[in-house]
Amino acid sequence: MANIFDILGPVMVGPSSSHTAGAVRIGLIARQLFGRQPDKAVVYLHGSFAATGKGHGTDKALIAGLLGMKPDDLRIPESFDIAEEMGMEFVIEPKELRDAHPNTAKIIMEEKGGKRLELQAYSIGGGRIRVSMLDGMEVNFSGETNTLIVRNQDQPGCITDVSTVLNLCKVNIATMQVFRARRGGSAVMVVETDQVVPKSAIEMLEGREGILKVTFLNVSEKE
Amino acid sequence: MSYQSMEEAYARCEKDGIEFWKAVQLEDAEERDIKTEDSWKQMKGMWQAMLDSIDTYDPSLMSRSGLVGKEGGKMEEYLKKGDTLCGDYMAKVMANALKMGCNNACMKRIVAAPTAGACGVLPAVLVTYYREYEAPEERMIEAMYVAAGVGQIIANRAYLAGASGGCQAEIGSGSGMAAAAICHVKGGNKEQLGHACAMALKNLMGLVCDPVGGLVEVPCVKRNVGGAVNAMAAADMALAGIISQIPVDQVIDAMKEVGDRMDVSLKETGVGGVAGSVRAQEVVEKIF
Ligand code: SF4
Repeated sequence: MANIFDILGPVMVGPSSSHTAGAVRIGLIARQLFGRQPDKAVVYLHGSFAATGKGHGTDKALIAGLLGMKPDDLRIPESFDIAEEMGMEFVIEPKELRDAHPNTAKIIMEEKGGKRLELQAYSIGGGRIRVSMLDGMEVNFSGETNTLIVRNQDQPGCITDVSTVLNLCKVNIATMQVFRARRGGSAVMVVETDQVVPKSAIEMLEGREGILKVTFLNVSEKE
Repeated sequence: MSYQSMEEAYARCEKDGIEFWKAVQLEDAEERDIKTEDSWKQMKGMWQAMLDSIDTYDPSLMSRSGLVGKEGGKMEEYLKKGDTLCGDYMAKVMANALKMGCNNACMKRIVAAPTAGACGVLPAVLVTYYREYEAPEERMIEAMYVAAGVGQIIANRAYLAGASGGCQAEIGSGSGMAAAAICHVKGGNKEQLGHACAMALKNLMGLVCDPVGGLVEVPCVKRNVGGAVNAMAAADMALAGIISQIPVDQVIDAMKEVGDRMDVSLKETGVGGVAGSVRAQEVVEKIF
């Protein structure tokens, strides 16, 4: 439900809340989930993002987000140059994505000789977004609240493990969603929490059997 | 839960013996479980961002397509000659609306109100008044609550996006919000600000969303002027004691119905309206 600051606001760099502000948010959330600035990013624009993205600065906005800028950052128009200065390589291309919302971007982030993360998200207007795919798994979250993402093997006990650990750290679960590719295959849990999940809890979870990767999106933390 | 109708908001005002803006603020604080002072601080931040945005306008900038950017500067030059048809005050309102519209198109910082495309209407009406009449800042922030409250009710009953309901939902809603807001500043009561909103909405009902090339430039920048001038006229009518014969909630519902019936070519697809003109096609070929 929209609050009054979704009506008056956001404070943002124009020209479009969906194609500019939303695009910055997608880039920023991708970076936060990746945990750092990627060394290389491949960005695919789908639908209306591909058709009118250039005129709306969608391309510059996505790169700005990957560089850690917020939707009201006045440097957004210069993000390409800043990326070069900061040593982030990037490629932007139009691409038809199957069954995707018209305002969708897909971002593949890489660390040199290290990790890789693939994310797909779309802009719903008013500068708000939803993440729809993570490393090929279907998900659905806004990134507006603290979000714990656990990738695991689909096997009994994983969900209990997560809720037990969170309970131990006195973290309250606001919502919890479970997605899986197929029974017994890889699965992902998206848990929105009221409090910040401490590092110790993340480490504890990473050590559990069947849990492959744990990522925490901390919205209370300022970069 | 946020107000679903103006009637519901009026009822809260009567029950608690408070003004409309206060009812909006209380609801915000209750809904988000925060102190009213924190809500006020946040609203003050929005107000400050609007003031700052108008001041950062740079007439030498052009949008990425090259279609808009200089309009704010041209209007300002013209009004300095002191010979405008609309008079000095209204010319300033128009200049501020253009400046904000150009800022948005040129990737400068703006406050979406209710959207980025319509970001010029509310500041044109409120900031011009604030500066010309040196009105107390508190009153202006109260007016921001009025605008937000009205906008939220429109969002709850209809929509605020051109892609959903045409430009009546963006510039139209922005105009309705601004009309109610300035009516409050001038001392209008809750019924008057409701009438101001209703009249502003009715005057723009049916307005289509037809951005050339899908870009928030043409006709958007100048439509902010239309929205602002319309808001001032509606507020003056309400303050004169003129009422909307159709209650504001029913006007909002009518806007929704019109939006639902509107053809998709007229909802931000860049196909119909002026976006479909020959000139627009030429421009689009050049940009893309
Ligand atoms: S024409 Fe469409 S894009 Fe332009 S201001 Fe109106 S609703 Fe927004």
